[in-house]
Amino acid sequence: MEKRVPFTHGRHKGAYEKLKQITILSGKGGTGKTTITASFAVLAHDIVMVDCDVDAPDLHMLLHPQIMKTQEFKGPKLAVIDRTKCTECGLCQNSCRSDAINDSLQIDPFSCEGCGVCVIVCPEEAISLQERISGYAFISKTKYGTMSHARLNPGEANSGKLVTLVRHNARQIAQKEKCSLILIDGPPGIGCPVIASVSGVDGGLVVTEPTMSGIHDLKRALRLLDHFHIPPLVCINKHDINRKNSEKIVKFCEKTDVKVAGKIPFNPIMTEAMVNGKTVVEYSPESTVSHEIKRLWETLLHVRA
Amino acid sequence: MILSIASGKGGTGKTTVAVNLALSLKDVQLLDCDVEEPNVHLLLHPKINEEKSVYVSTPQVNEELCDHCGKCSEFCEFNALFIIPEKVLVFTELCHSCGGCLLVCPKNAITEKNVEIGVVKKGVIEGVELVYGELNVGKPVAVPVIKDVKKQIKNNKIVIIDSPPGASCPVIESVHGSDYCLLVSEPTPFGLHDLKIMVQVLEGLNIPFGVIVNRAGIGDKKIYDYCEEKDVPILLEIPFQRRIAELYSRGIPFVVEMPEWKREFRLLMDDIKERMKS
Repeated sequence: MEKRVPFTHGRHKGAYEKLKQITILSGKGGTGKTTITASFAVLAHDIVMVDCDVDAPDLHMLLHPQIMKTQEFKGPKLAVIDRTKCTECGLCQNSCRSDAINDSLQIDPFSCEGCGVCVIVCPEEAISLQERISGYAFISKTKYGTMSHARLNPGEANSGKLVTLVRHNARQIAQKEKCSLILIDGPPGIGCPVIASVSGVDGGLVVTEPTMSGIHDLKRALRLLDHFHIPPLVCINKHDINRKNSEKIVKFCEKTDVKVAGKIPFNPIMTEAMVNGKTVVEYSPESTVSHEIKRLWETLLHVRA
Repeated sequence: MILSIASGKGGTGKTTVAVNLALSLKDVQLLDCDVEEPNVHLLLHPKINEEKSVYVSTPQVNEELCDHCGKCSEFCEFNALFIIPEKVLVFTELCHSCGGCLLVCPKNAITEKNVEIGVVKKGVIEGVELVYGELNVGKPVAVPVIKDVKKQIKNNKIVIIDSPPGASCPVIESVHGSDYCLLVSEPTPFGLHDLKIMVQVLEGLNIPFGVIVNRAGIGDKKIYDYCEEKDVPILLEIPFQRRIAELYSRGIPFVVEMPEWKREFRLLMDDIKERMKS
């Protein structure tokens, strides 16, 4: 593999030359993204925090934001049939590729993508597209700085578009407050909301765990970063639950020229801190976990500089 | 019977439950619908005997026929078509493959071409028929791959669906049409918060559900209070044990080394069947 660009020296530069954006991602869910991001928020200064996991956001439970501004998010539209005009010809059902119209010509709101094909094929002009509110975006104050986050209504589509809105809000705040760093807590997976969370950022920190699934998902997350030319860093969480696998991750990263920036041991104190609604670096500042997270943060800043 | 397994929060143990349940029951079909990060095959190590590409159709414009009237771009709700003077730009990653642009083009200048976005693989191991999808890295839409995985459903079998984390379209696509859903959670604030989101999703879809508490013993007791208050049945508790975690880390389903658990999973299945009757 070719030599990688150094972390945070990505090719994406825009109007905010000095502003850096870093996304914490993982591929596999539950590896500790949010716990680590929240700790960074405590350790950092002059940053804007972003929760891009809009369908299952958790960062607010550790940072306790006070909502200052709420914004409606309009997702995909929904097709609605006017029964007084409908002659039940069934053309709409035949043309719908989302299988959203059943035999009684009722529209399933969970399947309808709001494409509008049924609207144009209906000879009676009985179908229209209606806007629906799919969620809300928030701008909030926390003890540690401003936070941009959102909540997609359960079961709604288009989380990628909401992620884009949340990141847009974050950039505006950063500019206004003259912050130099945007820290993004990403969703699990590698699909549309993840792509929207990493596009154009200066670096991606992949939090993994030493399990077969963790390794497999790490590799796919790294390939995703590579695909979008985003410089990667890796952190192994709970590294001591399987040292052999941790060694495998380190070797793989060495081979592919990716820096392993931190190894955090398994410690129930992390869950204990969460139960108490606190970040681990505040709840137990002297624990090895907190020391390792601080070291990881310093490495991140160092590489950034 | 179709039984889906979901969670909201990632990493709570969906795949662990899906695989161990499948191995305990045998003669089942197991579908891994977490096509962004499929993990079931890492625990089952099946021999793959069939592999099929997943395609989506996206528009291509014949510039000789196109007069740049802009009707296609006006129609497209997803902004996948953009007209610049004398050219139509197609942003395939935004396209939802609805086919509407073909219908509105007055010049018949638009046709469709297939783009590969993933693959569906099939294999058999220990009486478990595994089907799983893999989204190509860099492709944003997982739903068509999930649809192709679900096309393999056999009606005469018990079908177990391992769903992705979250609560948006890929999850809906995975659990839609199932007869029952198992929500795997952990007794932590994050686990409970995301469980509540999934409960709302399933209520909206009208799918009956029960909860499995994984890593029981860690965290707090609030999940139990919530389930009692909401009258949601807790069907199984899997304790937090270093041995279970270690086996998982090595890619070994814990019923293989701890066979006494097979009975628990069979009883779980009987319990679900009983609940569906009433």
